[in-house]
Amino acid sequence: MKIDSIQNGIVIDHITAGRAMDLYELLGLKNVECSVAMLMNVTSSKMGKKDIIKLDADIPVDLDAIGYVDPGATVNYIKNGVLDHKQSIRMPKMLKNVIKCKNPRCITTVEQELDQVFKLTDEEHKVYRCLYCETQAENK
Amino acid sequence: MVRNILDVVDLSVEEINDLIKLACDIINDPKAYSEKCRGKKLATLFFEPSTRTRLSFEAAMYELGGSVLGFSEAQSSSASKGESVADTARVVSCYADIIAMRHPKEGAPRVAADNASIPVINAGDGGHNHPTQTLTDLLTIYREKGRLNDFTIGFCGDLKFGRTVHSLINALSRYTGIKIVLISPEELKLPSYVKKDVLMAKGIPYVQTTDLESVMPELDILYMTRVQKERFFNEEDYLRLKDSYILNMKKLENAKKDLCILHPLPRVNEISREVDNDPRACYFKQVLNGKYIRMALMLTLLEEAAR
Repeated sequence: MKIDSIQNGIVIDHITAGRAMDLYELLGLKNVECSVAMLMNVTSSKMGKKDIIKLDADIPVDLDAIGYVDPGATVNYIKNGVLDHKQSIRMPKMLKNVIKCKNPRCITTVEQELDQVFKLTDEEHKVYRCLYCETQAENK
Repeated sequence: MVRNILDVVDLSVEEINDLIKLACDIINDPKAYSEKCRGKKLATLFFEPSTRTRLSFEAAMYELGGSVLGFSEAQSSSASKGESVADTARVVSCYADIIAMRHPKEGAPRVAADNASIPVINAGDGGHNHPTQTLTDLLTIYREKGRLNDFTIGFCGDLKFGRTVHSLINALSRYTGIKIVLISPEELKLPSYVKKDVLMAKGIPYVQTTDLESVMPELDILYMTRVQKERFFNEEDYLRLKDSYILNMKKLENAKKDLCILHPLPRVNEISREVDNDPRACYFKQVLNGKYIRMALMLTLLEEAAR
């Protein structure tokens, strides 16, 4: 399968196979105007299988959201058809307005203007908890 | 510096010990503290009714020489007009020196603390936290046992939903020599995340049982809780379990002579009235201790804020 290389834009590479759709949703890519290519189950010498997302414009992407879904991913910025720079991704200590608290008793369910903030409480097990009610977020 | 108390773990062990020491000083010489908060105002923002906690905070401030303003239900506040917790906190900061806040939604006191310019004390947010209840429990244990380490404490009843149980277990896990006995019906066992995150993570020895009488002789402290009807999905289970753990004098036959019986109250029928006169019943002393520890906490926070 062939996908045209991009001239100016972003390649989110080394996504764990099967997680590209989660990223697509969390990054709100269905609302962007540029072209979005998702490659899934691509053969990788390092990972066996991986997913890739290509965006043909240098739009702002939420690196925290990428770090939450897949801290092993890499973000490559392409300019004039060549790699301009790479952004390493890490699991963010705090997540702001990336995911929503699902606890119906949480204050964020009634005060809609509040930011949805989650903090990393257990890096080893990738546990994020709502800043307000401490409910654990479902792992992506 | 403005300091808020939203969760009991916001306080270090040393700070808790200092609060307990201050509360004991207040108990021993209340007159020395009767003017300490003269001119200070406590705002009690109670978005849901809670007779005991609100009155305890109010009595505490009056006994420190301060005064109190506030509301006791959301309907009598601007919340009924749609005002946010953040705005309420900002507005009240202009009128008062410290806030005690109860709210049915979990995390609401954090929102208040993020927006207030005065100290905020969480007086209970849904099933989440109620730090002054835990401080009350700790003061009571200290006063009855003379220490906060080296004892066996049994938690009995609804261990699944009881926030006071989770919070006290968390607080006690920071002291040494604590052994925990968990007594509950299968349906109301302590959640596995509390066991994993607190008991196992900190190496606290614990046992689980459904039989109160068999473990009674081991206990130095027995923390009773109410089995709540609304927690059950079917009436049949509730009816089968509701009377499982009624503490009466017969069940206390094998208990230690210096057992300390605690209950966060209100009780329904889980402690028989005949137990009330036993010297081991400490749950009404707990109520009194609640006022003293709130005095110590408000005094400490106000002094820190003034620095």
